[in-house]
Formats: sequence, C-alpha cells, structure tokens
Amino acid sequence: MRVSFTVNGRPQEADDVWEGESLLYVLRERLGLPGSKNACEQGECGSCTVRLDGVPVCSCLVAAGQVEGREVVTVEGLADFAKQRAERGGCASGACGTSLQDAQGWAAQGQDSQTGEGAELSPVQQAFIDAGAVQCGFCTPGLLVAADEMLERNPNPSDADIREALSGNLCRCTGYETIMDAVRLAAARQGEVV
Amino acid sequence: MDFLRPASWEEALAAKAEHPTAVPIAGGTDVMVEINFDHRRPEYLLDLNRIGDLEEWEVGAESVRLGASVPYTKIMENLRGELPGLALASHTVASPQIRNRGGVGGNLGTASPAGDAHPALLAAGAEVEVESVRGSRLIPIDEFYTGVKRNALAADELIRAVRIKKADGPQQYSKVGTRNAMVIAVCAFGLALHPETRTVRTGIGSAAPTPVRAKVAEEFLNAALEEGGFWDNGKIITPSVAKQFADLCAGACNPIDDVRGTASYRRHAVGVMARRTLTWTWESYRGTAARTEGVA
Repeated sequence: MRVSFTVNGRPQEADDVWEGESLLYVLRERLGLPGSKNACEQGECGSCTVRLDGVPVCSCLVAAGQVEGREVVTVEGLADFAKQRAERGGCASGACGTSLQDAQGWAAQGQDSQTGEGAELSPVQQAFIDAGAVQCGFCTPGLLVAADEMLERNPNPSDADIREALSGNLCRCTGYETIMDAVRLAAARQGEVV
Repeated sequence: MDFLRPASWEEALAAKAEHPTAVPIAGGTDVMVEINFDHRRPEYLLDLNRIGDLEEWEVGAESVRLGASVPYTKIMENLRGELPGLALASHTVASPQIRNRGGVGGNLGTASPAGDAHPALLAAGAEVEVESVRGSRLIPIDEFYTGVKRNALAADELIRAVRIKKADGPQQYSKVGTRNAMVIAVCAFGLALHPETRTVRTGIGSAAPTPVRAKVAEEFLNAALEEGGFWDNGKIITPSVAKQFADLCAGACNPIDDVRGTASYRRHAVGVMARRTLTWTWESYRGTAARTEGVA
C-alpha cells in the first residue's frame, strides 16, 4: 500500500508498504532516514522515538498505515524543528521543515566532528556533545527527541522530571549521568536565551 | 494482510462484522510487538486511530465514560480526581512513549493478567461498553475476563468505552517490578474504599490466570469494619484485621512460577501490597473523616 504523510515538515510518500510494517521500517528502509534506531522492536528501549503529531512515540509500535495524513518529526529534522520553534515563525514561506535529501544527508559532525562546530544543531544536540553524553550513540537519537520534547513542555525541569521523561530510553554506555548533565545544560541555556 | 482504515465508529463496526478475524489496533503497543516478532500475522488490521470519539471521555454524575483509546497520559493528566486508582495505575505503565499511545481499551482487548489497568478497574467498579452492528451492551468488569488473554467479547464486537465509577473515597494502586519504568508487573494490587456503600473493593493483577478480585477478603473486611464501627469512629484498622485481610488476599491468588517471579513470591507480595494499600487508603479516609467532623 501507499502511505502519504508529513516527515520533518515536508510531504512524503512511501510505496509498496507492507500492511504490518512499522513506521520505523518505513522511515529507515523506504525513506532512507536511519537516524531513528531499530533495537528492541517492542517499545522497551526508546531508540526509535519520533514525534507523531507532536507526541513522542516509539515508531516501532506505530503501524505504517496509522500515520497516513499525519505529521512525523525524526531526529534528522530536529535541528530545523527546534529552530522554527525558537523563531516562532510558523511557516509562511512554505519552505520550512527539512527536505528528504537534506535529512538523508544530515550529519552532526559539521566541520568539526568533536565539537559539532559548523553543523546545524538543535540546542539539545549541542548540549549532548558539550556534556559528552554520547558514547556509542545508538540511543542518542531517541534521547534527543524525548529530551527536546520535554524541554518544550517543561523549560525548567527538576532532575526527577528529566528522569521521568527519559525513563523510556535505555542507554547502556553512559550510566545516564552525562545525559542528565546534557539535559540540564540544554535547559539552562534555554533559560538564558529567554 | 489487509489494512482497514474506518473513518467512523459505524464503519469500524461494519468492518469488524464483515471481517471478524480483524485485529483492532489503536496504540499498537501490544499488537505491533506481536507483528514485529512474527508471533502473529492477522489477516486484517483494523486501525482505530481515525475515530476521534474513542479518544474522548465524559465525566458524568456517577461514572466516567472513558473512550477505549484515551491514552494513559491523558488519564494521568485529566482524571486523577475522578479515577485516582486508574491514574496511579496509568503512571506505572511502561514509559512516556508507551503511555502516549496505549489506552485502557487495549489493556481490555489483550486481557493479559498483567495488564496494569485491570486491578484499578476491578477495585473502582466498572463496566465495559462493547458494540457490534447487532447493538451495544455493558459487560460488568467482573465478568469480562474469561481466561488467560481471553475476554467476553464476541468476534464482531469492539470496545467502545469503559464506564468507571467515580471515586467516592480513597483509592490506591501498587505494583511490584524490577524497576520503576518499563516493567511488566510481577504482580499488582488495587484497592478502593467506597464510603458511600461502606465497602472495600480490590483487584489483583498477574497472580492468577485472569485479573481477579479478592472477594473473600473483601467480605471479611467489610464485616470487620462494620462490626467495629470503623466507618464512623475512624479508628485505625486493628493490625490483626489488616493481617487477616492480607492473608485472604494472598489466598485469592492462583499464581504460577515464571521468568518474572515465583508463585510463592507473588502470593507473599500480594499480601504485603494488600496490607499497605489498605493502610494508605484508610489513613487518607481517617484524615478526611476527621476534617469533616471538625468542621461539623
């Protein structure tokens, strides 16, 4: 079947989608967006977290057909998504969002792979790099999407709020402490801007 | 596999009547796991996401009519006052991502003994509103669970809503697992005080083939509270009464040994949770009662 939906602000179509296929599979294998990670396939790890109509969900547990006509934001579109949110500009020009080509080619390294300098990063992405919250990186995309959504809702989260918001995202490298640091850092910087 | 996408409840009922083997999918947090792991290849998937009515709730005089697809997140945010036990149970469901998608309709449809909502529904008192093209009916929650992952639905029926009695007293919910998030219950316990009828109701999860009430324990406690005038005098519950209640709750279990825990551990834990939730709710009731008396 064909599924038409909005990905990172742009309309997309996926063809030859099997009826039992997950949104995650469509994103990775049909649209070429491997940022959302495929790990547990049962909603335990949160590595595949995306926004569906603004709400964080495990894309492995959303049937592809269920996203027909709906809006999805993936980690590849997070930088543009955050930028537009910050500018509160809406989308008058109609040129918002992230094109599929840009999303497919998106990389955090920019000119400097250590600091991310030169790359277009969302504040939460920059905070993860600055706090050293990325080790193997497999859980990172899901954590970024979940953390970004929490900061949108709750600009001044307590540690308990952060732990709760990220409780559906497993990380096996960092012991979570640097991830906590990163989210605290992103929240603090967000506060400075406002 | 065919993917059916009804745009209205009527269309959904018609589709289910035409294809009784169709598997309804709303949040997908159970169904997609089975498909991802190749445990299930349904002929038809019946997507309920387009039916907005299922995500709405109405607060009535006596009860809350909770749409089958109202996600747990919304229950926690909006119905903590009316449905405190279910709100607490909702909070223990998996993770934010799962609570954003999953709802009580899915818990009932799957009818796993480990479903987090069941003990809270049993304790509060609820009816499941199911419908088919033949008509609508209300199934009392006590008659809904018919076996391991089996329920009282006919092949052409869909769950429209759950009608849960609004709390008339304190409610509590307790769950045992290896960590706070992302845990399938080793066992769980819900308890609701109903001062209006001077009764106590319970619900046990993951400790029998189906979610069950500890009816003998309830009867014992109702009689003991009545006999001692506890509802009026607001005294603390005698430790021997609490212990007997806990033992009877443990006795209501019919658990198995599995990867999550042993049968004897489950029985023990249910007893502990019964005593604790009784104490918590009763302390809360006494506090309210004392305040009311003070004002009067």
